[in-house]
Amino acid sequence: MQRSRRLKLLIFRWVVLVVVGVFFLAPLAAMFEFSTRGNAINAPRTLEGWTLVGQTPGLVKGIIVSLELAVITPLAMLVLLLPTMVWVRLRLPSLKRIVEFVCLLPLTVPAIALVVGLKPIYIWIEINVSPLTQVLAFAYLILILPYSYRTLDAGLAAMDLKTLSEAARSLGAGWATVMLRVVVPNMSSAILNASLLSVALVLGEYTVANLLNFQNLQVEIQYVSLTTSNTATAVALGSLLFAFILLLVLSFIGRSRGRRTRAEEIIPSSASSAGIWGQRV
Amino acid sequence: MASTTAARPSGGRRFSLSWVGAVPFFAYVGLFLLLPTGIIVVGSFFTKDGSLTLANFADIDKPYIIKSFTNSLIISSVSAAIGAVVGAVLAYAVVTGDPNGTLRRLVTSAAGVLAQFGGVALAIALIATVGSEGFVTKFLLARGLNIYAGGLWIYEPIGIILVYLYFQIPLMVLVFLPALDGLRPQWREATESLGGSTWHYWRYVAGPLLAPSFLGCTLLLFANAFSAYATVAALLTQGGVYITLEIQNLLTSETEQTQPGLAQALALTMIVIVVLVTSLYTVLQSRTSKWLR
Repeated sequence: MQRSRRLKLLIFRWVVLVVVGVFFLAPLAAMFEFSTRGNAINAPRTLEGWTLVGQTPGLVKGIIVSLELAVITPLAMLVLLLPTMVWVRLRLPSLKRIVEFVCLLPLTVPAIALVVGLKPIYIWIEINVSPLTQVLAFAYLILILPYSYRTLDAGLAAMDLKTLSEAARSLGAGWATVMLRVVVPNMSSAILNASLLSVALVLGEYTVANLLNFQNLQVEIQYVSLTTSNTATAVALGSLLFAFILLLVLSFIGRSRGRRTRAEEIIPSSASSAGIWGQRV
Repeated sequence: MASTTAARPSGGRRFSLSWVGAVPFFAYVGLFLLLPTGIIVVGSFFTKDGSLTLANFADIDKPYIIKSFTNSLIISSVSAAIGAVVGAVLAYAVVTGDPNGTLRRLVTSAAGVLAQFGGVALAIALIATVGSEGFVTKFLLARGLNIYAGGLWIYEPIGIILVYLYFQIPLMVLVFLPALDGLRPQWREATESLGGSTWHYWRYVAGPLLAPSFLGCTLLLFANAFSAYATVAALLTQGGVYITLEIQNLLTSETEQTQPGLAQALALTMIVIVVLVTSLYTVLQSRTSKWLR
């Protein structure tokens, strides 16, 4: 009986994986075909769609600005959020619930709704601070808060923060030393995790940029798709694959050193835990 | 340990400056999260010159806005229902394999990409696949099957539902996997040693245990589709009757100057719906976690 059940399960798994696999791989294959052949099924294969990427100024600018945002946003997140979380855990435990509530709030405020409220603020920023696309980082930091908070919180929960920081302080370390030489090294995988998630999220962002009239990667892809769809399809496929590789790398971070500490046993492949994935941004 | 705890009370009685450490964070979220939310709430209840009004909500009661709400609710419900069922089945196929295996890693990473970062790329993928010039369309046409015999449907609700499934199914996999992970093999063995069949196991053991989580995840998928903007905006460049596109119109058109309150009232209505749905999700999730951890 056990044996027939195992066989049935095996058949079930294969059927599901093949059917769903075809459903999900067909568009990717179509995108690849579309970007390398132009839009005729028997047209000769050409790399024109891909090489044109470099010659489309809008796309190049979009790619560069999105990459810059993908560096600025996670860095700003770490500088703003991590010290606050450490400080609140050590000195202001009564605020922990409030910080958590605020950080998870963006899950219940859809990005499209948030933009409505951000619009007047961004009009002010454009006039008084800077008209550069890089100011999108202000809004993106809010969008990545829930994911970052949960990942970093899991990392902090897994170390004995109080004892470690008191030990460092009693040896004469200042707060900067505590952060950089005690906290950060002890939760490096959580930090990397949160950063990679943020990078992927920023690279895929469209809603806020488009509605606030900024030209980032996704806005440019959409714009170019109206005229040169081969090139747009090439970049779209490229960005999907890039994000996939980022997340795949992320799924290995927990494991490579996973067996060493509790921290890493809690966080591994956090991309798969419901805790990190709330809702679409 | 003792010295620090001894120092704390006196520090507390004196004027403690600990709170200063939390100021930058709260100032930032105050400016970029709470202030925008406040602008939405205040803006929906006040006129331009500052008097209290409900006119913005009365304006929602216009045929085209009601229609866009209904359309959004329909595509969200249908894509959530299909996404939940297919996603749950796929999650089960994944969870019965090696928890650290390549398959699970590939599936969860791919699901992460599609569930969160797809947006515009998904719209382009749909057009490249089953658009009028798409490869599947042409492939089938060459074999005598015209998928557009009944008209171009990818810009219709059915097409939107199809493209939404590409992020709904992956999201379901991500949020439902932990619940499936919680099922213990011992429960299956216990059912069998009591003479129960596979049907009995699913009907009386696993089914009831997973039901709250399944329902909760379906609600999450609903909220997810309801607030989705990028895919539908990239697909329907000529506009469409969906609530997020309605907000887009109000934000980018001249109406914004004459009637800024309507966009805010729509945004607030969306927030209220999403808050209600996600609260229910949280309640159902906490029920699930009683058994499946």
